[in-house]
Amino acid sequence: MVLIHIVTTFLLGAGLFFTFVGSIGLLRFPDFYTRLHATGKCDTLGAGLIILGLLIYHFFYYPETPLVPAKLIFLILFIFIANPTATHALMKAAYQMGIKPWRLGEERE
Amino acid sequence: MISVFLITGILISIAIGLSLYRVIKGPGVFNRTAAVNIIGTKTIALLVVMGYYFERPYFFDIALLYAMINFVGTLVFAKYLERGNLWS
Repeated sequence: MVLIHIVTTFLLGAGLFFTFVGSIGLLRFPDFYTRLHATGKCDTLGAGLIILGLLIYHFFYYPETPLVPAKLIFLILFIFIANPTATHALMKAAYQMGIKPWRLGEERE
Repeated sequence: MISVFLITGILISIAIGLSLYRVIKGPGVFNRTAAVNIIGTKTIALLVVMGYYFERPYFFDIALLYAMINFVGTLVFAKYLERGNLWS
């Protein structure tokens, strides 16, 4: 049981690390495209790792309710499909609106 | 293990606060929309952690619904910004 605690805490910590890296990238990068490049992947992986850690915790501590992990698995699959799709649609809209990518030496926004 | 969930929820809330800077300050409507989408993804993780902290599994249904609404809202907003209207 201690091993399950260690695994869950490690997965929650890894998810928090990726979440914070995505937030700092959203704050620090100079351009719209680079900001979405940072956050579109980091945030998806962070949320997926946090939910995966809680899924493993649930399997060993509440084995009498097996339908709740099914919800969590569906949530992970939906986030991994939907979040990059939304990021791609937003980037395509910005590119067709004519927003220029940032180049080296220009002033950052 | 409860305290681990509490600390995780507080740190996700701090990350949401960091992303909120881009919603308020960010130049242009695209930065704001992207930041709102990212805050929605963090809110899903926060709802699942809250479901284990309060030991109520009904939060997972809210998280599923929030994921779907966040996805559809971002897609509709991107389509509106790209084409100018939604029905053509």
